[in-house]
Amino acid sequence: MASFLKALKSQVGRKLLTGITGLGLIIFIIFHLLGNLQLFGDAQAFNEYTYTLESLGWILYILEAGLVVAFLLHAYLGISIWLKRRRSRPNGYEKYQSKGGPSHQTWASRSMIFTGTVLLIFLVTHISTFKFGATETIMLNGHEARDLKTLVINTFQNPLYAFGYTAVMVLLGFHLGHGFWSAFTSLSMKHTQYSALIYSVGIVFAILMAVGFLFIPLYIYFAGPDAALISY
Amino acid sequence: MADTFTLHLKVWRQAGPDQDGKLVDYTVDNVNEHMSFLEMLDVLNEQIVAEGREEPIEFDYDCREGICGSCDLVINGRAHGPKAMTCTCQLHMRNYSDGDTIVIEPFRAKGFPVIKDLVVDRSAFDRIIEAGGYVSVRTGAAPDANSIPIEKSVADTAFDYATCIGCGACVAACPNSSASLFTGAKLAHLNRLPQGEPERKRRTVAMVEQMEKEGFGDCSNYAECEAVCPKGISISAIAEMRRNYMKAAFAGEEL
Repeated sequence: MASFLKALKSQVGRKLLTGITGLGLIIFIIFHLLGNLQLFGDAQAFNEYTYTLESLGWILYILEAGLVVAFLLHAYLGISIWLKRRRSRPNGYEKYQSKGGPSHQTWASRSMIFTGTVLLIFLVTHISTFKFGATETIMLNGHEARDLKTLVINTFQNPLYAFGYTAVMVLLGFHLGHGFWSAFTSLSMKHTQYSALIYSVGIVFAILMAVGFLFIPLYIYFAGPDAALISY
Repeated sequence: MADTFTLHLKVWRQAGPDQDGKLVDYTVDNVNEHMSFLEMLDVLNEQIVAEGREEPIEFDYDCREGICGSCDLVINGRAHGPKAMTCTCQLHMRNYSDGDTIVIEPFRAKGFPVIKDLVVDRSAFDRIIEAGGYVSVRTGAAPDANSIPIEKSVADTAFDYATCIGCGACVAACPNSSASLFTGAKLAHLNRLPQGEPERKRRTVAMVEQMEKEGFGDCSNYAECEAVCPKGISISAIAEMRRNYMKAAFAGEEL
């Protein structure tokens, strides 16, 4: 067991953990997007959904703890890989360019540290705005619930939030554009036959996620607080 | 009569391992389109020697036919120049035209310290091989051909990985200076053959550990190494290395 823990600290192990936590976070954002889309459901569909989540009690705390660990470990590993990169080439090239062909060196793959850092900072504002944001209490099917839907709609009337969120979600798309494929490769799922397919699926997935998430603030901003879809 | 033309070069000059280096401008006239890149540098060196003002440029080469892995230049920011599956020695001047400016730098990585000018110390690769890149067998007389049955597809794949000439372009081109493609190729070659199988776990752990000790960076799956590899070795080798390494760790192989 000691040797297995040591292996997790090796180059191979670090990338394995980055991939596993990355895939965990991918599963999380899929459910997050599906949840967000409840905003477009019945008048109280979103609040009912968030009420159900919050009433999970200890199960929710376990899931949240898992998410915190996954996020922090993923960020820690990403930053340590980036720091190692600087130590591994103390004198850089005067001129450097990709050779193209089979290379997956793109703006997305080169900017993982940038997009990742922005996402981490975004996460802090995002959680304080919504999870810990002040909400009205409403009666929902005979019990008290937070009116998160109104908070979401009001927040995105502010252009800073609406367009700020949109920009960050574009960066999320780029992060996933390299991350999805890279996670599978780090988990050794690289086969000449399937890797091109996994790469393409990753790009499609990244676009779907980015567009899905950024559609919400943009729609709410342009529809305004009185739009039919979001009125009660 | 072949076309001749003039090139402007910016060549990395560094007097020794601990000295500061810089790019120095040179102009080479009478470059023949049939020359290899190294022959063009030979012409420049003759020019430098004739002028007598400074020492000729040091650069590595041996076979000049693309099979030894000695030549190692980064040309205009790309290891081994612009062409896929080509060593510097097999790059010909017909790929350039009159008046071009070409930046020539050594392979840069902590694991490949500069010795002089364009020559770097790649003995880190030798130490990775020493850690496990071999098969420990009683040699004796040559065995009969086909005495160990190996499936054709396995032999072919092993051969694909065995084409690695250890030039180090993978490290030079990797944004993280990772040596994973080299180490992965050697492991993928030896681990899949019946002769290499008994030492698979020990070999994988030892070579991965040595690679890390030499100061090479992490692999972030850029696949730039595959693009610059003069033998076109696939990064599938890296995935295989990871799988075998974690399997060995699970099995409790001493780390």
